[in-house]
Amino acid sequence: MSLPTVVPLSWYLALSATLFVIGVIGVLVRRNALIIFMSIELMLNAANLAFVAFAQHHKSLDGQIFVFFVMTVAAAEVAIGLAIIVNVFRLKETVYVDEINLLKG
Amino acid sequence: MAQVWSNPDFQFVFWALVKILVILHAMLGVVSYVIYAERKIAGHMQARMGPNRVGPAGLLQPVADVLKLFFKEEFVPEGANKVIFHIAPMLAVIPALVTFAVVPFGPTDAFVVTDINVGLLLFLALSSLGVYSITLGGWSSNNKYALLGGLRSSAQMISYELAMGLSTIGVLLLSGSLSLVDIVKAQEHMWFVAFQPVAFGIFMITALAETNRAPFDLPEAEAELVAGFHTEYSSMKFGLFFLGEFANVLSICSIATTLFLGGWNGPWLPDSLKFLWFFAKLSALVFFFIWVRWTYPRLRYDQLMNLGWKVLLPLSLANILVTAVVLYWRHNG
Amino acid sequence: MIPILFVAFALIVVGCALMVILHRNPVTSALFLVLSFCGLAGLYVLLQAEFLAMVQVIVYAGAIMVLFLFVIMYLNLKRDREDGMPFVLRRGVGWAVGLVLLAEGALLMARRWAPGPIDLSLPPAIGNTAAIGQTLYSRYLFPFEVTSILLLVAMVGAVLIGRGRTQPPPGGTAR
Repeated sequence: MSLPTVVPLSWYLALSATLFVIGVIGVLVRRNALIIFMSIELMLNAANLAFVAFAQHHKSLDGQIFVFFVMTVAAAEVAIGLAIIVNVFRLKETVYVDEINLLKG
Repeated sequence: MAQVWSNPDFQFVFWALVKILVILHAMLGVVSYVIYAERKIAGHMQARMGPNRVGPAGLLQPVADVLKLFFKEEFVPEGANKVIFHIAPMLAVIPALVTFAVVPFGPTDAFVVTDINVGLLLFLALSSLGVYSITLGGWSSNNKYALLGGLRSSAQMISYELAMGLSTIGVLLLSGSLSLVDIVKAQEHMWFVAFQPVAFGIFMITALAETNRAPFDLPEAEAELVAGFHTEYSSMKFGLFFLGEFANVLSICSIATTLFLGGWNGPWLPDSLKFLWFFAKLSALVFFFIWVRWTYPRLRYDQLMNLGWKVLLPLSLANILVTAVVLYWRHNG
Repeated sequence: MIPILFVAFALIVVGCALMVILHRNPVTSALFLVLSFCGLAGLYVLLQAEFLAMVQVIVYAGAIMVLFLFVIMYLNLKRDREDGMPFVLRRGVGWAVGLVLLAEGALLMARRWAPGPIDLSLPPAIGNTAAIGQTLYSRYLFPFEVTSILLLVAMVGAVLIGRGRTQPPPGGTAR
C-alpha cells in the first residue's frame, strides 16, 4: 500500500477519536481510581491532538494556545485529584471505586 | 545504489547516524575517564595518590573496573518486578546521552548532530525524564532503603528542576532563541556568564542537585541509607547507574558550557579546532564538580528542600525580572 | 517519510494506550502512559508544533506522570484484583459502549465529512515558540493570568487536602 505524500487531516482526527475511545473504555471498565484518572488524561490528550491538527490545518495558532491551557488545567486537576485519592485511601484503605460507597442508600 | 544515495532524506539520516556514532563513542570514552579523573583528584585532595597500579599512572583503571563489573554475579532480589528492575538502569543512561544530540561542539554543521530550534527545551525535557530511572530503580528493588532513597531523590530532582529551568530563561532573554547553536553564536563577543553571574551560580548548584552529587547526594548516601536506590543492583546494572550518573554530569556541564561559558568560542584557534575550546571549558566545569564533591559536607534532606524551594526558586525568578527590566530599558532608551 | 513517521508514532500511541487500560499492574500502566505521551509529542513535532511537543514531555511525561508514580508507590498498590460476576458484566458493557463509539467515529469518517489533505507549506519564518509567545501575551493575556491564579489555587488546595489531619493523634506523639 502506497502512503500519500502528506498526511491528511482525517488521519489525525481518526487517531484522536481512537485515543478518546480507548480512554472512555478505560474509565468504564477499570475499577482502580488511579487507572480511571489515567484514562481521563488519555481523553484530554486525544482532544489536544485534535486541537493541534486543526491548528495546523487552518494555519492559525489558536488551537495550540488552547492546548497550552488544557495542559495547565490538566496538571492542576491531577494534583488535586491525586490529593483527594490519597485522602480517601487514608480513610478507607482502598482505591477501588466500588468500595467507596458510604453515601449509598 | 546511486539512486538511494541521492535521496536527500537518506543522506540526512546517514550523516546523522555517522555523527551520532562518533559523538556517542567519544562521550562514552570521556565518561570512563572522568571516573578515573575523579578518583585521582579525590586522592590528591585527600593527600594520597589515586589509582596508580593498573597501567601507566593508573590510566587503565576504568578498563579494569568495567571488566570487574562484568564478572560480578548478577542477581535479581526476590519479589522484585523483573522487567522494571532491568529497565531502570537503562533509563539512567539514555536521557543523559540523548542530550549530546543537540550540544554544538564546534562552529559548523558537522559538529552538532541536529540543530533543533527548541534545543534548550529538549534538554529540560530530558532532565525531567531522568527522574524515572531513580524512582523506578528504588521501587522495583522491593527493599525499603532503596524505596526511601528513590523517593527522596526524585523529590529532590523535581524540586531543583524548576530553579534550573528558570535560571536558563535569563540566557534565553539575552540570546532571543531556544536553539543552542544560536545561543553559542550570540556569545561571540562576551560570554553570558558576565551578564548572568547569578543565573550561572544557580544553574551550577541545581546541576549538582540534579545529578545527585555531593553535597546533594543524600539519596545515595553511603552512611545513612546503605546505598540508597541502587542498594540491590549488582554487576553491570550498577555499572549502568554509575555510568549514567557521570554521563549526566558531563551532559549538564556541556549545557552549562554552551549556555554560560560561550561554547566553542575562543581566540587563536581556527574553526576546525574550536571544539578544543569546548572541551577545555567542559573539563574546567567537571573539575569544579569533582572539587565540590570532596570539599563540602552533605546537606540534610530538609536543608536541601529548603534551599531548593525557598532560596533558589525566588532567586531565579528575581533574576528573570531584573534581566527583563534591564533589557527593556536598554532597548527603549 | 512523514507518513511513515506518522504511522510509527500512531502505532506507539494507540498500542501504549491499550496497554494502559488492559494491564493489571498500576505502575506498568503509568509507564505505558508515559510512552504514549512521548509518542504524542512526536506527533506534535510532525504537526510543526515543536514547542508544544517539548512542553508535552516536560509537563505530562516529566511532571504529571511522576506525580502518578509517587502516589502509586506511596499507596503501595499491587496488581489489581478484579473478580466476581458484576465485574464481568460491567466490563462487557464498557467494551460494548466503546465499540459503539468507535463505529460512530468510523461512520463519520467514511462520509467524507472530514476535510481533505493538509497543505504542508513551509512553516512560518518566525518559529513556533515566538509565534505562540506573541499570541499568548497579547490576545490571550487574560486567560493566561487567570490560569496562573488557577495553578496557585490548585497548589494551595493540593497541599491542604493532602496534608490530612492537623491535630496530633490522641495520647501524645510518643509511641
